[in-house]
Amino acid sequence: MSKKNPEYDFKWCPGCGDFGVRRALEFAMINRLEETGLPIENNVVVAGIGCSGNLVHLLEGEQPYGIHGIHGRTLPVAMGVKMARPELNVIVVAGDGDFLSIGGEHIAPQAARNVNVTAVIMDNGVYGLTKGQSSPTTEMGAVTSSTPFGKVEEDLDPLELYLTLGVSFIASGFSGQPRVLARLINEGMNHDGMSMIHVQSPCVTYNDTFQLIKGNAKEGIAPALWDIPDDHDPSSKQAAYDLVQQGGLPVGVIYKDESRASLEGNMGSIRAKARERSIDQLMDAYAF
Amino acid sequence: MLMNDFVVRFAGEGGQGVVTSAEGLAQASTQVGYHALTYATFPSQILGGPTWTQARICTEPILSSGDQVDVLVAFNEEAYETHAEEVREGGVIIYNADDFTMTDPRSFGLAVDSLARSTGNNRAANMVVIGALAQLVHMPQDYLEDFVEARFRRGRDNDDEIISSNIEAMRLGRQNAAESGFVLGDLAPPNPPDYQQLMLKGNEAIALGATHAGVQFYAGYPISPATTILLWMERNLVGEDKFAYQVSSEIEAITAILGAGYAGKKAMTATAGPGISLMSEGLGLAWMAEIPLVVVDVQRGGPATGLPTTTEQSDLMGCLFPAHGDVRMPIIAPGSVEECFYGAVQAVNWAERYQGPVILMSEMSMAERVQNIPRPDLSKVAVEERLTYEGGNGYHRYSGHELSPMPLPGGPGSYVANGSEHDEMGDTTHLPSRHIQMTERRFSKLRLLEENHYESDNTQAKIALMPWGGSKGPVREAYDALREEGVDIGWYYTMFLHPIPPKLRDELRAKELVIVPELNYQGQWANILRFHRVASTPITQYTGLPFKVSELVTRVKEIMAEHMEEARA
Repeated sequence: MSKKNPEYDFKWCPGCGDFGVRRALEFAMINRLEETGLPIENNVVVAGIGCSGNLVHLLEGEQPYGIHGIHGRTLPVAMGVKMARPELNVIVVAGDGDFLSIGGEHIAPQAARNVNVTAVIMDNGVYGLTKGQSSPTTEMGAVTSSTPFGKVEEDLDPLELYLTLGVSFIASGFSGQPRVLARLINEGMNHDGMSMIHVQSPCVTYNDTFQLIKGNAKEGIAPALWDIPDDHDPSSKQAAYDLVQQGGLPVGVIYKDESRASLEGNMGSIRAKARERSIDQLMDAYAF
Repeated sequence: MLMNDFVVRFAGEGGQGVVTSAEGLAQASTQVGYHALTYATFPSQILGGPTWTQARICTEPILSSGDQVDVLVAFNEEAYETHAEEVREGGVIIYNADDFTMTDPRSFGLAVDSLARSTGNNRAANMVVIGALAQLVHMPQDYLEDFVEARFRRGRDNDDEIISSNIEAMRLGRQNAAESGFVLGDLAPPNPPDYQQLMLKGNEAIALGATHAGVQFYAGYPISPATTILLWMERNLVGEDKFAYQVSSEIEAITAILGAGYAGKKAMTATAGPGISLMSEGLGLAWMAEIPLVVVDVQRGGPATGLPTTTEQSDLMGCLFPAHGDVRMPIIAPGSVEECFYGAVQAVNWAERYQGPVILMSEMSMAERVQNIPRPDLSKVAVEERLTYEGGNGYHRYSGHELSPMPLPGGPGSYVANGSEHDEMGDTTHLPSRHIQMTERRFSKLRLLEENHYESDNTQAKIALMPWGGSKGPVREAYDALREEGVDIGWYYTMFLHPIPPKLRDELRAKELVIVPELNYQGQWANILRFHRVASTPITQYTGLPFKVSELVTRVKEIMAEHMEEARA
């Protein structure tokens, strides 16, 4: 919307990883339109607070619906939208601070419910918008504006966390590969259950990890990024654990459990046990 | 002596039949045409703990739980010691002779459990009690038998056995009471109302009202005394397009209903004070992004965990101004079980009408009270729908200073519902002119909620009483008593606390003094009335219990005397 709207006064820094994630989401929504025929307005993007959440205002082309709410609460907002209107496609966009720190308490229950939303998490290992404080994924020992003598907390491994909490679809990607990322997002959207697309999206100002991710042969830096091999079995949780423990930045689908019903499916099943009654019948229960 | 009013307090340990006896008496009485109201307290523990319930039976509609206790039923010694002094002069105490003995001359023993066992039905102890109480006021036996028949005839093989053992239990209770020689008088015959009735609790009335108003999405988290609304919704808000769910916290509850409200559903949650605190940021978002939703606050006592199972009216400031920044929530505060129904309907209507959050404030004393009310005629209870956008894409959802149509996700008119200050499309902006426009827009919509009707009586008096919420009943009873004594005082009442009906505000401004009895320390509503330039003064009470009518009468007279003296000086 930025091009159309001179009043909107937020900008990502030149070179920010989030540009690539925005592009990927635009591709994914167009792919979905082509696959399903449903208009872009069938998508609802629930955005977190931080640099990444501004993605909802910066999308170009046909506009989806959006909610840019309060810090950390994307998942329950998304659950509300999805369970109110299951025909909508609900996408969460948030950063590592919003999703894993203040919003961390919502991951486990939504994973247990297997609520059918797709979360695209832009991990840059830092709080960018508030100017460089440490986040859950900042490396232990790192000096940031809020850890002047080094971070004393162990850094969190989000992929391992999602596996442990029972998220039923987990993929990992890199903002520098928008087409690859778009395919992962589409696969997540097509998964009937909660899908996490965890993206390394570097902050060029406070935590520039582009070189570490892509590598630099001249300086002898091996790339952290590696493609998940075709023989990886994403239906095996053990294989998924083994994979994430190899470290680096794996790109592809890590885990996919298609045996579980989504929350919509489970609610549909229990509905058969309940008796729907009209308001008059409900009142009759108190009549005498 | 002919009695029009019969008040019984049941006290004992949780699980001894305190609540079932009180509710049984109330149900038996309404069955034959009396009016009944119970006031319940309950211990905040799973098993046991001291508890008491009061049942009031009248020939006329009832306003309060009554301060003149005619009979105390003490299920254990502690209950006797705690409540004996509440029994009026000439009153009677029935003690559970299976548990303890005593020699209070006002009392007789009733072996509640062993009498029940002798009928072969261990669960009929409450019927022994009800039979004894009926004897004390000479309530005819056939009234009670009709009630037992209605309650236990459920088409089971052993219905006859259950019914006859319960009737036998009542007969034994009646016989023991007769042998004791105690008599209170004759309860006047009932005046059965000529309209259909419901007998229910405040929380049930709220759930029914919300359902009638079209709520289709409910998310909640267990918290006393609001939990029963969650349980009701999970059982009854079922079927296509409906969703009720226990989420992981009040933060999830408010944000989930916000997502549902945005997506086009009428959405609601219910909580108590601690939950309101956790919902504060979400309420601010609903206000800022203009998303309809309803939050029910069933108030309990104190800040923090406070007194989870007592009653208080101390969340008013917290509900009016729950969030940071410039907000002021619409508030509806019902004053009776009947108003819980109509208040819930109107809360949902308001949310849709002005596209924003509405708080319905109830209280523990109404939530757990059983009362007979006229059955609402649903054909006369209007339900409102939101103004939805029906144009094409490129819509400016937040243009202008007034309410504008709200697009439905999935269809044309996409926009961002933004908790940051925003422009007409919902994109973030920091322009001063936009913050001015949007702030004024949000406040201007409140005018859509100004209602015209309110209660008033003896309006030419210079001094008036104006309670709010659940204090309405006892204050009205006090008002009636004062008027009977010839005291010149006026009466005003509304459940619409914000916005207050403008005509009512103007009438109150013209008074020399408006006395506001309320269950909190600070006199919260009296303070709000002063914001409105009304000369108000509170009568406060913060015991965790409702007002007693007799105390109100005394305190109102004291304040009036002081005021007269000041006026003379």
